[in-house]
Amino acid sequence: MSSPTEARQLTFSQAVNEAIREEMDRDHRVVLFGEDVAAAGGVWKVTEGLLDRFGAERVLDTPISEAGIAGLGVGAAMTGLRPIVEIMFGDFLPLASDQIVNQAAKTYYMSGGMTSVPMVFLTSMGAGRRLAAQHSQSLQAWFAHIPGLKVALPSSPHDAKGLMKTAIRDENPVIFLQDKVDIYQKGPVPDPSHEYTIPFGRADVKREGEDLTLIATSSMVRQALDAASELAAEGIESEVIDPRTLAPLDEETLLDSVRKTARCLVIDEGYQRYGAGAEIAALVGENLFYDLEAPVRRLGAMDVPVPFSPTLEDLTIPGKEQIVEIARQMFED
Amino acid sequence: MALTTESTPSQGLDAAARLKMLRQMLTIRAFEYRVGEFYERAEMPGITHLSIGQEAVAVGVCAHLNRNDYITSTHRGHGHCYAKGAGLVPMFGELLGKANGYCRGKGGSMHIADRETGHLGANAIIGGGIPLATGAALSAKVLRNRGVGVSFFGDGALNEGILLESMNLAAIWNLPAIFACENNHYGEYTPTDQVTAGRLTLRGEAFGIPSAEVDGMDVLAVYDATHAAVQRAREGGGPSFFVFDTYRYLGHGMSDRTRPYRSREEEDEWRTRRDPIERLRNQLLEAGHTSESELDAMGEEVRAEVEEAARLAQEAPFPDPEEVDRHVFAD
Ligand SMILES: Cc1ncc(C[n+]2csc(CCOP(=O)(O)OP(=O)(O)O)c2C)c(N)n1
Ligand SMILES: [Mg+2]
Repeated sequence: MSSPTEARQLTFSQAVNEAIREEMDRDHRVVLFGEDVAAAGGVWKVTEGLLDRFGAERVLDTPISEAGIAGLGVGAAMTGLRPIVEIMFGDFLPLASDQIVNQAAKTYYMSGGMTSVPMVFLTSMGAGRRLAAQHSQSLQAWFAHIPGLKVALPSSPHDAKGLMKTAIRDENPVIFLQDKVDIYQKGPVPDPSHEYTIPFGRADVKREGEDLTLIATSSMVRQALDAASELAAEGIESEVIDPRTLAPLDEETLLDSVRKTARCLVIDEGYQRYGAGAEIAALVGENLFYDLEAPVRRLGAMDVPVPFSPTLEDLTIPGKEQIVEIARQMFED
Repeated sequence: MALTTESTPSQGLDAAARLKMLRQMLTIRAFEYRVGEFYERAEMPGITHLSIGQEAVAVGVCAHLNRNDYITSTHRGHGHCYAKGAGLVPMFGELLGKANGYCRGKGGSMHIADRETGHLGANAIIGGGIPLATGAALSAKVLRNRGVGVSFFGDGALNEGILLESMNLAAIWNLPAIFACENNHYGEYTPTDQVTAGRLTLRGEAFGIPSAEVDGMDVLAVYDATHAAVQRAREGGGPSFFVFDTYRYLGHGMSDRTRPYRSREEEDEWRTRRDPIERLRNQLLEAGHTSESELDAMGEEVRAEVEEAARLAQEAPFPDPEEVDRHVFAD
């Protein structure tokens, strides 16, 4: 028997489910809606059991109307509720993007601070499940680009729970992206009696090292950690840092690490061109150019629509091998 | 489902209530003419869209609403804002980009909002405000506060998918939502019937939403048509859809001076035969509720009030530079 304080092993989806459950218990204004989230418990099982616990007025199945449900969520958030709106796949965010980009993100500013939009867009991201071009994208950079939106993308069940609780309590619209390759991966999560939240804008050092900084997001953190083990065998000690939120971005922790290591590689699963990696690499370059021992590098998904065939898809997703290869290049003279 | 609009609760409105409606319409019109003047004199930044001719819709619908009810509005939204209860000085202030504007000058004509009076905001995205008011109706239902959410939108939004998604959601969840379409027969420079298939009210009826076409140039007809719908919404009876037949007298925006897409005869027809202010004015006179001299005095008062508000807004300072990056995020 495990003691109550001993960390349990939960999947991402169980951890997020627990976060939502705790927050719905805590605050009656939190409501949840999306396609298949209520009776079916969500295609990712993230919302399982919530209908039974909170009833049909707070947990609602919706029609397949991404723009509509996003927009009703924004309106409800403006007027006293704190909605969590699930958009099943991140690839469907573009259908809701007027409501996210032009309404949710701008309302607080355009109203001169009169009306805030406390809500969460819960969605999924990432390739690797052979779902092809319209179910595999990682569009976090689109939304991190927009002033007024916060973007969280956890890399462990522990972080997922803590970040989701913060997202629900935040007064602003939050895009919360779960990697769909990792969604059933388990990791340690403290017992519910030990409540915790993880503040936005606070990066986490997942591994310490002196020689190279690997800044990685979401499922790329695991790839970076695997790469770090391999590099360690060659005598290169990597520091692996997960920003956990792209907006706000913990610039200080990232820069402190690169100041120490003088080498930086950024890995994010969005398309490499104009991606999150480009932004972070630019940040490092602007601030630490003269401290660097090698040019800042970035690694993102190949700039092609995600192909279906496994042999092709695997070529497009950044992974351990490429990270190791680029890292080695960074130590060549 | 067609909506019958037989009942005439406006018969129960006393002279004071009718005079108040008249005064509101006069104020909106005077406000907008004054906005036009600001614009002509290059004293107002940006672009603006005047609703002169359409005042009866805003006034007739908002007459049923209180501060706990929410509206969303459009790029042509000064009338909705005022009819919902906003004050003239912060309205002018907002349009001029001044610090005393409702949104501290950060919204402008197309994004003006007033939280206090339940105005969630004008919207510069055609159809963009529709789901927001429908979401406000969802809040009212979940929080059980008997509020309603009214979205005002133009005929242009009839062809935006978001309207249909919002109507479907309002219908399946039986939300206290009112969809209020102002059909002024043009979207910018394109005649509505040229780009809009089907009988307009069918868009609501298809979802089982009680729907009606209403003379939007008659404030009492607007009042009568929406009275029962608002009551029904409050009592859990679900959404309604109205298409108000109306007309904007002036151009789409301030640069649309010659209006080549429509005839002067058509404009004269609406202005001289159907003007909502003239109509109510004549009704009040015929019923002996008021006199010419009383109405003249009201007109003077309204003009003076508007002029004074315009002056105060013009004298107000622009926002401090520190305002520029405030309110991106809420704490
Ligand atoms: C989504 C979107 N598309 C196009 C425009 C450009 N636009 C501004 S006003 C307008 C016409 C809108 O017509 P209608 O809804 O009938 O309103 P009206 O101007 O007649 O009051 C258009 C096309 C816009 N603002 N938003
Ligand atoms: Mg129109």
